[in-house]
Amino acid sequence: MSSGTKDHAALSDIFNKDEERVDWHDETLWFVRAKRDKAAHNIPEWEALRESASLIKNNVLSNLHNYLIEFEEQAQKNGVTVHWAVDAAEHNQIVHAILKEHGVNRLIKSKSMLTEECHLNEYLKQNDIEVVDTDLGERIVQLAQEPPSHIVLPCIHKKKEEIGELFHEHLGTPEGMSDPVFLTAAAREHLRETFLTRKAAITGVNFAVAETGEFVVCTNEGNADMGAHLADVHIACMGIEKIIPKRKNLGVFLRLLTRSATGQPITTYSSHFKKPRPGQQMHLVLVDNGRTTQLSRPDFRNSLKCIRCAACMNTCPVYRRSGGHSYHTAVAGPIGSILAPNLDMKEYSDLPFASTLCGSCSNVCPVKINIHEQLYKWRQVIVKEGYADPTKKLAMKAMEFTLSSPFVYKNAGKVGRWFMKHAPFTVNNKLNLWYQHREMPAVPKESFGEWYKKNKKND
Amino acid sequence: MTSRAKILEKVLSNQPEAQPLPADSFTTFPAADPVQAFATVLTTIGGTFIPVSDYQSVQKYILEHFAGQRIVSTLPELAEVSEQGWENQDPHSYANVDLAVISAHFGVAENAALWITEDLMHQRAIPFICQQLAVVVNKKEIVQTMHDAYLKIGIADYGFGSFIAGPSKTADIEQSLVLGAHGPKGMTVFVMD
Repeated sequence: MSSGTKDHAALSDIFNKDEERVDWHDETLWFVRAKRDKAAHNIPEWEALRESASLIKNNVLSNLHNYLIEFEEQAQKNGVTVHWAVDAAEHNQIVHAILKEHGVNRLIKSKSMLTEECHLNEYLKQNDIEVVDTDLGERIVQLAQEPPSHIVLPCIHKKKEEIGELFHEHLGTPEGMSDPVFLTAAAREHLRETFLTRKAAITGVNFAVAETGEFVVCTNEGNADMGAHLADVHIACMGIEKIIPKRKNLGVFLRLLTRSATGQPITTYSSHFKKPRPGQQMHLVLVDNGRTTQLSRPDFRNSLKCIRCAACMNTCPVYRRSGGHSYHTAVAGPIGSILAPNLDMKEYSDLPFASTLCGSCSNVCPVKINIHEQLYKWRQVIVKEGYADPTKKLAMKAMEFTLSSPFVYKNAGKVGRWFMKHAPFTVNNKLNLWYQHREMPAVPKESFGEWYKKNKKND
Repeated sequence: MTSRAKILEKVLSNQPEAQPLPADSFTTFPAADPVQAFATVLTTIGGTFIPVSDYQSVQKYILEHFAGQRIVSTLPELAEVSEQGWENQDPHSYANVDLAVISAHFGVAENAALWITEDLMHQRAIPFICQQLAVVVNKKEIVQTMHDAYLKIGIADYGFGSFIAGPSKTADIEQSLVLGAHGPKGMTVFVMD
């Protein structure tokens, strides 16, 4: 998704124009975060589980080569066709080729952030293939022609009245109807018809087990299962980092995933796909798209441990108040901000700065990714590589000049105080970002240095 | 070079030094009464918990609640109250099934999930496409946590299996919980003595 030339700050400004909506968005996500806390606190061994999950994922990254080979071998034995894609373009071509082979021009898709990352929907549309997203939230943003703003709650930025309007326009529900129960029932009817008439289904993958060649897909709605079990062709798309070594490791991850995501003890459906059903074709696409590059960066490779629960987004004070679209990437929030610069450092150079570095993201991460430390490290890489915002660079240079000379420092303070007192308009204007949301402080008579000198004499 | 070879080569040269797998996780805080814990969680997530002592009581419950509807079951004990010869149809034909009654290998106390493999569904679509789902599970087969669940599954072979916990649901519209997103609108669990 390209946002043109707008960066996170500019896109947040757009979101922040409606203050009431920002408050509502903030509170809604905090509500989800609070549910996560309650669920986590119900498990006395929660911290041990996080540690275990983190260590399993460390092992996966250190042995990914062999696990991928083992997984492929087992999956093929199970009758699954395995494909490999180095990048998004190849992934899209593989999916397209499978659909073409079966003469399919309409298909359904359950949630897959990977296909968002690869812009599969746009690609297929250009090739005259219609994709219907079946996750309710994803269907809503699809009707609105928007990308998801959150990886677990795709339309969390939308009010029910707006959804009612969309449904009125596209599904023919009565005008002004915005009751969630009514709207969900309308979507159920509309999508049932779609499920029953499509011959191909795409799903994502939450976990892929090297030992057995099976893959697990978690949903609450049952849309992945409805699609896959009714379709003649099931295509599952996954990043290569979704591998786990053993089936029993699922015990650890399934205990953590949904509690971290929504505070539920588990998703309604945790489906283990191992073999195609008789007469069905099952394809699995393993996608790199920059993951092996991320694996080569010691400071950033453990971002690949992510299980996409979105706990870091729900807790992030910046995400909650700037909205998912301000991140202009498929995966928003803190985790997205450390994944995206790997894909395109220039395009996403703003994202590691979209954080207060408060560390809440790292504290809630079920696989213990040091997200806030990586945000800080990305900032350094981005400045070194010359991708930092020029005004930020200028400000840092001015700071360096001021702080490296005691004379300049002392006088800069004096000059500043004089201007604030005698020419406040030089500070109290739109160019000063600090002034936008707050009054400037009253001007002190003297600096701390001056005060200290005076009081020391009085001793 | 194929994409497969390219990816594998890059993974091999970029992956960090070997790190061991941690020790296996086990249940450390078992519930005093796992069946009670299962019942509590099931009710919280929108399911209905019905303790029964035999299939007679299951039949009675079904007749009381679902009489006159399209009922299919994989359980021969429920032949009297369910449609016969439904198993080998096109899965699309189950779209109008009102109630499907199947059995589970076991249930999990910590999250009220039931482990059901393909052989217990007859058709993979069945537990998802029906309007209401009912599952029979033996009271002795309620394990504590997901660790115990996978110990029980072990190296079993299956084509498809799913942990199912409660009815299909969504909270995508303003976080309002609605039961019956695409799959069953309700889930009844018969826990048999």
